[in-house]
Amino acid sequence: MTQANYLDGNAAAGALSEFFAVDITAAVGQCNGCGRTGVFAEARLYVDAPGLVARCAGCDGVLLRVVTTTNDTYLDLRGLTYLRISNSPG
Amino acid sequence: MWQVATVADVRRETETARTIVLDVPDWPGHLAGQHLDVRLTAEDGYRASRSYSIASAWSVSSSNTIELTVEQVPGGEVSPYLVEVLKAGDPLEIRGPVGGWFVWKPEQEGPVQLIGGGSGVVPLRAMLRAHADAGTTPVRLLYSVRRPESVIYVSDLKDLAASDDVDVRLVYTREAPAGEPRVGRIDADLIEQYVFKPEDGATTYVCGPTPFVETVADLLVAAGHDPARVRTERFG
Amino acid sequence: MGIVSSGFTGRRGGGKDLPPGQYLTHEFPVLSAGPTPHILTDHWEFTVTTESGEKYKWDWAALMALPSEEITKDIHCVTRWSKLQTTWKGVSLDTLLADVETGADFAMAHSYGGYTTNVPLDDLLDGQSWIAYEYDGEPLDPEHGGPARLLVPHLYFWKSAKWVRGLVLSDTEDLGFWETAGYHEYGDPWKEQRYAGD
Repeated sequence: MTQANYLDGNAAAGALSEFFAVDITAAVGQCNGCGRTGVFAEARLYVDAPGLVARCAGCDGVLLRVVTTTNDTYLDLRGLTYLRISNSPG
Repeated sequence: MWQVATVADVRRETETARTIVLDVPDWPGHLAGQHLDVRLTAEDGYRASRSYSIASAWSVSSSNTIELTVEQVPGGEVSPYLVEVLKAGDPLEIRGPVGGWFVWKPEQEGPVQLIGGGSGVVPLRAMLRAHADAGTTPVRLLYSVRRPESVIYVSDLKDLAASDDVDVRLVYTREAPAGEPRVGRIDADLIEQYVFKPEDGATTYVCGPTPFVETVADLLVAAGHDPARVRTERFG
Repeated sequence: MGIVSSGFTGRRGGGKDLPPGQYLTHEFPVLSAGPTPHILTDHWEFTVTTESGEKYKWDWAALMALPSEEITKDIHCVTRWSKLQTTWKGVSLDTLLADVETGADFAMAHSYGGYTTNVPLDDLLDGQSWIAYEYDGEPLDPEHGGPARLLVPHLYFWKSAKWVRGLVLSDTEDLGFWETAGYHEYGDPWKEQRYAGD
């Protein structure tokens, strides 16, 4: 099972809701490493770690990290070139 | 964003799983398949949080009530508390609903294929309930459990399976009830027999432990299903 | 803010041998922030790069040829588990760095898979750290950092980089993977230095 220790990007929805008013897990993101675009929910999310680490399903590069400390929550987005959401509701 | 809900009721589903009914003031409503985060705080301030799928569908009449079904993870930190300790009347901190990808909406076109392993059936049950309220397209559920006693929502699934639109197929991996010859994991044959064909244009939702989801998603793609129409939710 | 969950204590017990906020485990939990690299010892290499850019390299055979030590230490993970009297075999960083010309104060450990963590060079010397390649009498399993990991047991275990491939020495302190996202730059478990500012 050492190769199957991740969840889907979906599972980061709660932590990301602290930062964003819209649901980011349904947004399309581009990986800064390999250029792949995909719905954030399909990223690989590693949670058995000191923080949440989302990685690109194509190249395993880090897309995003969330760390919750006693007083603050950190969000590192440097692995994403962009996030895209639709302007039309629903 | 965290808010305090009150436990309205608890209901034993299996030896290791329990449904918790929560009363949440000003619940905004949710989509079938969404989850929420639960946070526990010890007296000294130590906190632990986990995500759980919402098991109920939302409607105006159910407005402030939601259900979670929690399976106890051996050696877990949060689930044993939720399954064994929490009781009606207790407060519980929650954050949600969240998640906009692993969801089914009534206006969605095409058949709905649900494939669940173990407590991975929880968000699929919310989808079945929402579909029973408002859906018009055919739905199939392929539900993999270890043994007959592991099935959660037994009576519910019987009710749902009585509908013409809904087809429920149980798969037993360790031990089957009398009259069921097949014991074993979901394989290519079962996918061929019980899952909508790639050309049916179904949206497929797969939820379960990571290795289960991995295997099923691979089988679906190998059978010619478009990966873009397969949505997954792994829970480790 | 918030409420207390009556009857919830978390997975803790404490004890006089444990740093504050830790609980004792007899398991060896696997934490992973990414896929587990599988590095064959034939392809393994360990490189120390000094502040002047000079490189010192060891392949697996060269590491095995160095004197090794049996190490018994308590380890403390920032996710709150502690494991007592763990036994390892490895090469002391004192041995590896003996002939390295440096006046640097800081080291950044780099791993296969891209992980990094920063440690003051003084904390790697004087019998405080090792490149460990056996755990409990067996070759170190990839999920625990094999073929070789850094072992710095007096700091939180995220400093003991799995799949270590090198150290970059520097006059200035840069921050590693977790340290850039809110974790403490030093990480002393006895002072409970979990997060930046603790």
